[in-house]
Amino acid sequence: MTPLATALPEHTNDGYVAAAYIVFFAIVLIYVAIMAIRLGRVERKVRELSAQEREHPEGAQKERETV
Amino acid sequence: MRLPGLRALSISTVAAFCVSLSLVFFYAPIEAEEGFLQKIFYLHVPLAIVTLAGFVIGGLMAIAHLRTRDQRWDMRSYVVIHMSLIFGVGVLITGSLWAHASWGHWWVWNEPTLVSFLIIFLLYATYQPLRFAIEDPERQARYASVFAITAGAFVPLNFIAVRLSASYVHPRVLGSTSNLPGSMMLTFLVSLVAMALLFATLCSYELAAKRTRILLKARSRILGFQ
Repeated sequence: MTPLATALPEHTNDGYVAAAYIVFFAIVLIYVAIMAIRLGRVERKVRELSAQEREHPEGAQKERETV
Repeated sequence: MRLPGLRALSISTVAAFCVSLSLVFFYAPIEAEEGFLQKIFYLHVPLAIVTLAGFVIGGLMAIAHLRTRDQRWDMRSYVVIHMSLIFGVGVLITGSLWAHASWGHWWVWNEPTLVSFLIIFLLYATYQPLRFAIEDPERQARYASVFAITAGAFVPLNFIAVRLSASYVHPRVLGSTSNLPGSMMLTFLVSLVAMALLFATLCSYELAAKRTRILLKARSRILGFQ
C-alpha cells in the first residue's frame, strides 16, 4: 500500500507541480486558440461565398440544377 | 453546421476536469515519500494512458478504413493520431518535470519506460511527413492506414516488452494502482475519465472542422467561385 504522509514534508516541490499543470493547460489553450483562428478563416470564407452568391446568382442557379 | 452531442461532450469535459482538479488538490492525501510532488501522477499517467490508447485506436480505425475503403475512417484515424501526438508532447514534458524533481535528472536513458515512450512518440512523429509526402489522396490514405496499423500493433508489444524488462526505476502504473489507497485510486480514475473526455472532445471538434472545410471547398467548386 502507498504510504501516506501524516504531515507535509519539509522539502516541497510545489513549483514542479505547478509547472506540469501550467504546461498541460497551456498546450490545450494553444490548441484551442489555433482551432479558433481556423474557425475564423472558415467563417470569413462562408461570408465571402455568400456575398459572391448574392452578386452572381447564376452560379447558385447552376448549383441548384446540379443538385 | 450543427454539431449534435458536441456541446454535451464539451460540458461533460469541463465538469469532469473541475471534479478531477478538486479531488487532486483538496481530497487526495499527500503521499509520504514524494509529498506534494506526487500530484503530477494524476496528470502525467492519465495523459500517457490516453496517448497510447489513442495510437492503438488510430490503428483500429485504419483497419476499418482498409476493410471498408470509407475515407471517413481514414480521417478519424488521422485526427486521433494527430491528437495523440499533441498529448504525447504533454506526457514528455510533465514526465521530465517529475523526473527532475524526483530523480534529479530531466531524462534517464537507461530507463525502459521513458525510452520506449520516446521511441513510440518519434515513430508517430514520422506519420505526418509520410502522409503528406504522397500527393494522390487515395494512395495517401492507404499508406497512412498501413503505417497506423503497423505502429498501432507496436504500441502494446512495446508495453509488454517494458513490463518484462528486469531493471527499472520508473514506477509500474497499471500494476501498482491496485496498491493505491481508495481516495487516491478514485482521484486517479476520475482524472483518467476527464483526460479521455478531453481527448474525445478535441478529436470531435477537429473532425467537425475538417468536415466543414471539405464541405466549403466542395460548395465553392460547385458554385464556380474558386
